[in-house]
Amino acid sequence: MTQSKAFNALIPAVLFLLLSIPLMGLQLNQGQIIPTVTLQDNSTLVGIAFSTGFIFLFQLVREKIPFNGSSISNLISSPAQRVPSLHKHDSFKKILTVLLIASLFIWPLFSSRGAVDLGIHILIYVLLGLGLNVVVGLAGLLDLGFVGFYAVGAYGYALLNQYFGLDFWTCLLFSGALAALFGFILGFPVLRLRGDYLAIVTLGFGEIIRILLNNWSGLTGGPNGIGQIPPATLFGIEFSRNASEGGTTFHELLGISYSGSHKVIFLYLIALVITLLTVWVINRLRNMPIGRAWEALREDDIACQSLGMNKTTIKLSAFTIGAMFAGLAGTLFAARMSHISPESFTFIESAMILAIVVLGGMGSQFGVILAAIIIASLPELVRDFEQYRMLMFGVMMVVMMAWRPQGLMPMKRPHIEMRKKELEERAHEAPEATNTRKAQAA
Amino acid sequence: MSSQNNNQNASLLEVEELTMRFGGLLAVDSVALSIQEGQITSIIGPNGAGKTTVFNCLTGFYKPTAGSIRFKGEDIAGNKNHEISRKGIVRTFQHVRLFKNMTVLENLLVAQHRHINTNLLSGLLKTSSYRRTEQEALDHAAYWLERVDLADMANRDACNLAYGQQRRLEIARCMVTRPTLLMLDEPAAGLNPKETAELDELISDLRSNHNVSVLLIEHDMKLVMGISDYIYVINQGTPLAEGKPEDVSANDDVIKAYLGEA
Repeated sequence: MTQSKAFNALIPAVLFLLLSIPLMGLQLNQGQIIPTVTLQDNSTLVGIAFSTGFIFLFQLVREKIPFNGSSISNLISSPAQRVPSLHKHDSFKKILTVLLIASLFIWPLFSSRGAVDLGIHILIYVLLGLGLNVVVGLAGLLDLGFVGFYAVGAYGYALLNQYFGLDFWTCLLFSGALAALFGFILGFPVLRLRGDYLAIVTLGFGEIIRILLNNWSGLTGGPNGIGQIPPATLFGIEFSRNASEGGTTFHELLGISYSGSHKVIFLYLIALVITLLTVWVINRLRNMPIGRAWEALREDDIACQSLGMNKTTIKLSAFTIGAMFAGLAGTLFAARMSHISPESFTFIESAMILAIVVLGGMGSQFGVILAAIIIASLPELVRDFEQYRMLMFGVMMVVMMAWRPQGLMPMKRPHIEMRKKELEERAHEAPEATNTRKAQAA
Repeated sequence: MSSQNNNQNASLLEVEELTMRFGGLLAVDSVALSIQEGQITSIIGPNGAGKTTVFNCLTGFYKPTAGSIRFKGEDIAGNKNHEISRKGIVRTFQHVRLFKNMTVLENLLVAQHRHINTNLLSGLLKTSSYRRTEQEALDHAAYWLERVDLADMANRDACNLAYGQQRRLEIARCMVTRPTLLMLDEPAAGLNPKETAELDELISDLRSNHNVSVLLIEHDMKLVMGISDYIYVINQGTPLAEGKPEDVSANDDVIKAYLGEA
């Protein structure tokens, strides 16, 4: 047991080492005629060594950490001593969560504009991952055209703003609703399809949207895309250097000097709030009848129907709700880039989002968030290795699928306590049932 | 016996001339069934006789080619299967079909989907009506878990249960939907003799104490003969015989169909 534990802990540590040394430990010197590769300075290498040690230790004691209240040891132990941890560590977990969220809100004030911008980028991917997680992870409907809804959200904001002059907040609502509508519409033709067939049709749908945006030059500007999308405003207060006619700017209002990072931080905060809301909503949905119905549909759609559940509504609701979150992410994307074009919404984006869901662990919110952070930030952090990006990505996916097909953080089943007292009362109410059984058993 | 007389006036499920054709294959030909309230009715027959096809027609998985199916006087032939199950006909499957990667308790909560307040907003905001229905569903599930001896397994994944337990869970999952007619497709398949005896006892109890009529497909003759009030025999898609267990077991045609002619 201990030996295999150590081995199990060793694998992630070695994996980390294998990935981090080429990604972070090497330096490309481009000054000379022939670029050379040298090791990074000592502090980076020490950092990698420490992190590797930490990962090893964490994996070693992971089972003893009462994360989510149920660990493997709980499952094995007798029923009498199961389930103690849930309530005991509740307050600790709450404090930790509050601290984490608070730090997420505060850190942009102390960091560079580039870092905050990367933060928005990551949050957009988190949103996309969470949305697709509903469709693929929970409802088990393989969707390869998810980027289509992302595009609908982005173009929704860009076009509504260009033609009707609507502001960010109105468009956020409209784009979310529009993407949801598209999800609903896509749901109809694929109602009868499953597995591979479904994947191909959704793939086609994603491409249709991209090609439509690319070729409908009159409306969408074609391959040139749409520019000058305004950033978000705060109750009409603008974050630009000079106010538009009749408008007020943020720095004038507060009497501080203008800084370009204000609007970045503001958009980051918006993205953060939307993401937190999404996490909360999906978390609630998962434990509601609709969430359970999604999962039941994934597990066995025939049994689902034989229990009186309508497959059509369950499927459509998964598509609609998943697409809505992609729409919100699209609006944030448009506001962040201020210029969008169809090339941002190619199939590779769909594949990336799907990779986030699979890598994180199908259905697991925490896993998907973690995977989104990794996948969205890695290419930005290791720009020097841009040429090897897809290679690294491929290696990572192969290794992950071989060693940990369930994902980084597989979904944990909710542990529900039954009311024992009520149960006993019920048993007294129907004593004849138990009596008959006893009599027959004797 | 007086109850039986009452029931003869209005049977729960009345099937006439049920025919199911797959291309050139006539799988079920003019089958008639009449299921009385509060009785256990069995369909038996050799392998490939069309028993499961009859089940699939009754529960709406297939749209029957011809014939009428009346449930409580209402024609349900050709209805979608979720509609039929909402009317109170719920079935189990020949091969267990649980939601394998969900916990035992979740399996029972899913089955009560329509009894819980499924309004999205009230669920998100945890309104009192949502919490009440959710708690009721939980209590109902707990009661049935206790009833089929799975209370200790409530938070295990369904796929980790022993086979016999999975069978019992499938029956419990049907029962939490509060059905009128429970249809069991070979519930004893793969069970050991002790488990079969427990199943026998469970089915009788469901009928006597939980107001449910049972339609059973089964190959275990000891179970069928002991438990059934009435038996239909189907052979190669056509009705062969029907009657009380003792009549059917004495019927020459039935013996011939099962054992072949000498």
